[in-house]
Amino acid sequence: MSAPYAKLPAWADYGLIPLVNLAVAFLVAGLVVMLVGENPIRAAAILIEGALGRGQNIAYTLYYATSFIFTGLAVAVAFHCSLFNIGGEGQAYVGGLGVALVCLAFDSVLPWWLVFPLAVAGAAVFGAAWAFIPAYFQAKRGSHIVITTIMFNFIAASLMVYLLVNVLKPAGSQAPQTRTFVEGGQLPKLNFLLEAFGLSVRSAPFNLSFLLALLAAFLVWVLIWRTRLGYEIRMRGFSPRAARYAGVSETRIVIIAMLISGALAGMMALNPVMGDQNRLQMDFVTGAGFVGIAVALMGRSHPAGIVPAAILFGMLYQGGAELAFEMPNISRDMIVIIQGLVILFAGALEHMFRPTIQTLFASLSPRSAGIEAEAGKGS
Amino acid sequence: MDFFTTLILLLDSTVRLSVPLLLAALAGLYSERSGVFDIGLEGKMLAGAFAAGAMAAVTGSAWAGLGGAIVVSVFFALVHGFASITHRGNQIVSGVAINFIAAGSTIILGQAWFRQGGRTPSLPGTARFGAIELPFADAVRDVPVLGPIYSELISGHSLIVYAAFLLVPFTWWVLFRTRFGLRLRAVGENPAAVDTAGISVAWLRYRAVMCTGILTGLAGTYLALAQNAGFVKDMTAGRGFIALAALIFAKWRPVPVMFACLLFGFLDAFAIRVQGTPLPLIGQVPVQFMQALPYILTVVLLAGFIGKAIPPRAGGVPYVKER
Repeated sequence: MSAPYAKLPAWADYGLIPLVNLAVAFLVAGLVVMLVGENPIRAAAILIEGALGRGQNIAYTLYYATSFIFTGLAVAVAFHCSLFNIGGEGQAYVGGLGVALVCLAFDSVLPWWLVFPLAVAGAAVFGAAWAFIPAYFQAKRGSHIVITTIMFNFIAASLMVYLLVNVLKPAGSQAPQTRTFVEGGQLPKLNFLLEAFGLSVRSAPFNLSFLLALLAAFLVWVLIWRTRLGYEIRMRGFSPRAARYAGVSETRIVIIAMLISGALAGMMALNPVMGDQNRLQMDFVTGAGFVGIAVALMGRSHPAGIVPAAILFGMLYQGGAELAFEMPNISRDMIVIIQGLVILFAGALEHMFRPTIQTLFASLSPRSAGIEAEAGKGS
Repeated sequence: MDFFTTLILLLDSTVRLSVPLLLAALAGLYSERSGVFDIGLEGKMLAGAFAAGAMAAVTGSAWAGLGGAIVVSVFFALVHGFASITHRGNQIVSGVAINFIAAGSTIILGQAWFRQGGRTPSLPGTARFGAIELPFADAVRDVPVLGPIYSELISGHSLIVYAAFLLVPFTWWVLFRTRFGLRLRAVGENPAAVDTAGISVAWLRYRAVMCTGILTGLAGTYLALAQNAGFVKDMTAGRGFIALAALIFAKWRPVPVMFACLLFGFLDAFAIRVQGTPLPLIGQVPVQFMQALPYILTVVLLAGFIGKAIPPRAGGVPYVKER
């Protein structure tokens, strides 16, 4: 895709351009704030204060970030195979079913540290299963994965409402949710980690799945850049024809990449279901699957970029909640705009500023912008 | 006779429910036939609905609302074009972005401007597109069979409904009988050939996405000014995606698009009507299943089990001039 453009030094490619894109996204968001009649600089100050001001807020920020790390990784793994998995939302929703079934079955029998691995497996298996059908249709019958995963988001929403209302709801209860898990189905909180740094946390849902998310980020890095399977995934993503020529089965690699992606998306459910609410309730994913798209694009599909991007979106979620208190005009929906702008500028328009930056580099130091290599072509 | 009345009412609501799908699907048809995938139909329709509701509330005129909706939808369509045509960005990513920007900004701006929890003020009849009684609708009401069909089913819809159904043959004519349409289809199949003929690929695609913007604006106007009396947050509720499904279901052809939209509209109307009552032979069907049916059908179709849906060949691929 970058063929028409000359090469930039790596730090500009991976650092400067994403930062410029991000800055523009926030600048436009600032314009929206002005349109609403508030001061964007004051809004930003409240947002940052609300996200990082006290231990309590940091704990919430990290709680949200946990979900986004999982969904960001899910989107990124599929991206490496040049598949666009928009179905993270549905896969996470169905993954929640896996978590809930494990917890409902074992929460009064086993201690949490035995239920936890089972729940991880349940989340991953259910999430992967929900990604399997679109993956199979893409690999075997050539139906576009973007469309099928969008459709599967809607199908998942209908399925889960049906199950919650008709099957999982305890008798005599009105709310469409499962019973609350007892001790074995509750993950321990990690607030003590923050308290060890001298921060005070009253009560926050920041829980063990954060560490699992970091582990998953590390494992995704190992998988993509240090294993044969990851190499095959990237090869298929870079050039399906080259992969075929090298003897990589396209069907197999597409399905495997999507299964891993779905499993990661499904594991996101651990955080809210087992870590916070301790029951399966309607719409618990609340858009985290879609935030994953923005996170993966911002983090350039690399775990080292995804984790900070997820934390940034965690800050937006938590700080946005505080901002809604201070400025009633700016509700949590402001984040949806920012999310959209980040996807637009860091994703769809990622090359917009490249020519300008290249010209700048070329005028400063021609060698760094790869002008020498271009000159030979005489274009 | 009772069954007949029920059927007429069912078909009547089918028409009402399929119109926004039809307009959005026709909108997508122009863009996708020109090789620009558009999963941002939902967002453009939502933004259009908001603009229609806001303009009509401020000016008190339905036509001003329509104008506002078209301007805003075309603006979003041009953003999509700017990203995917000029900057050769990923069209899917751009569409996703537009959906989010529209979903967030309609709520934020609606709350800031009107302070009614993200909705626009309720509109009086004069600021909406009301029902139009066709001539003799009252006179023929008592004629058996044909009377109710004419006066209930065909008469008594808003102007946009008639416009939507007229747009089907119009779109067919534009695509298959005009020079612009030929070029539009060509640029979606083989842009290099169009370029070789000395026609600007970018300008053709920009015109196509502008058509998309106009029609999604019309779809949004229908939702806010004809079906409802004002904008309600998230009022598109996934219709943009059902329209996309209908477009694929119809294999990117105008007349089948109409039938696909009528089918999906019928499923919706049927689900509302039979809610809670068991059907003969099948027994109780969960509402959720009926709601998911359009999506399930589309997946089945895409998998090639009911014929094969083949998208325009150059769809989703940014055009790079040879150099």
